[in-house]
Amino acid sequence: MNLIAELEAEQIASLGKELPDFKAGDTIRVGYKVTEGSRSRVQNYEGVCIARKNGEGIAGSFTVRKISFGEGVERVFPLHSTNIDSITVVRRGRVRRAKLYYLRERRGKSARIAEQTNYRPKKS
Amino acid sequence: MRSGVIAKKVGMTRLFMEDGKQIPVTVLQLDALQVVANRTTDRDGYTAVQLGAGTAKAKRTSAAMRGHFAAAKVAPKRKMVEFRVTEDNLIGVGEEISAEHYIAGQKVDVSGTSIGKGFAGAMKRWNFGGLRATHGVSISHRSHGSTGQCQDPGRVFKGKKMAGHMGAAKITTQNLEVVKTDADRGLIMVKGAVPGSKGGWVTVKDAVKKKLPDGVPFPAALKSTAAPAEAPAEDAPAEGGEA
Repeated sequence: MNLIAELEAEQIASLGKELPDFKAGDTIRVGYKVTEGSRSRVQNYEGVCIARKNGEGIAGSFTVRKISFGEGVERVFPLHSTNIDSITVVRRGRVRRAKLYYLRERRGKSARIAEQTNYRPKKS
Repeated sequence: MRSGVIAKKVGMTRLFMEDGKQIPVTVLQLDALQVVANRTTDRDGYTAVQLGAGTAKAKRTSAAMRGHFAAAKVAPKRKMVEFRVTEDNLIGVGEEISAEHYIAGQKVDVSGTSIGKGFAGAMKRWNFGGLRATHGVSISHRSHGSTGQCQDPGRVFKGKKMAGHMGAAKITTQNLEVVKTDADRGLIMVKGAVPGSKGGWVTVKDAVKKKLPDGVPFPAALKSTAAPAEAPAEDAPAEGGEA
């Protein structure tokens, strides 16, 4: 392992975050810390994960898309961000692609994702 | 004015801070950084410390340099740099400098040899706009265009920005913030990018345009003085890393 990979592994360990097993197509709820002035609270953002990027490493990120008041909204979260309070998987989706960018052109019925009924957690 | 250090660019990564910020950092490593010689006013007419970093094979070091290293009682070094210092900041020959030479939050200037780009056109080298894609332009879409006036002055002015060799030059990036140091592994983490490729040598100096903060070690943070005081402190993080 080279030095950069070592440093990144150490940092991930020191952040001590439990990441749930999720992939593109899953509906997830992200608790994101928002600071207003001096007060800080957790804001929930729920939507479909349409992309995972750069793996599980320190540079990893994921994109969550939801329809908010009829308008599509996408947010990119760094996987290991200290602003993320929690990530919970609401629903497992069955999809055939790693990146679901085709959802951007779809609305309503055609933008649905079938539920994965035979989900088995990854062996660790 | 105290000495700088020679460091090796390891690569870039990011640090997540407690307040939710993420900082892009370049990791620089001090590799067997030792003082090889001193320059003094009586002998040389100026004062400086000569530092050496890295390790070179003795059989591939010239006899003259072997003698120079032997006089200082240090192993042959890969890279040698002189740093001008004031007389009270001279460091003893053979002393090893540690990463605690810099403290978090301080600003530094980092110099290195930029990545070579070869013979580059005016668009890449000087950010020229080039010519139009259509409207009769043929073959010369990425050319620089006119280089001057007409019969008067009848020549191209010196220093005209034109195509030519780009990169592989000494570049200094000023006022980079030191985010973190790691004395055990000799690492300095600097916010932002640093010239040169991974594995390249860079020199780090205190920023010339910023005031030096309090608590910076003078004349340098040395491993010989830090070792006894640090011995108990070193054990604790080592155990934490294994667990």
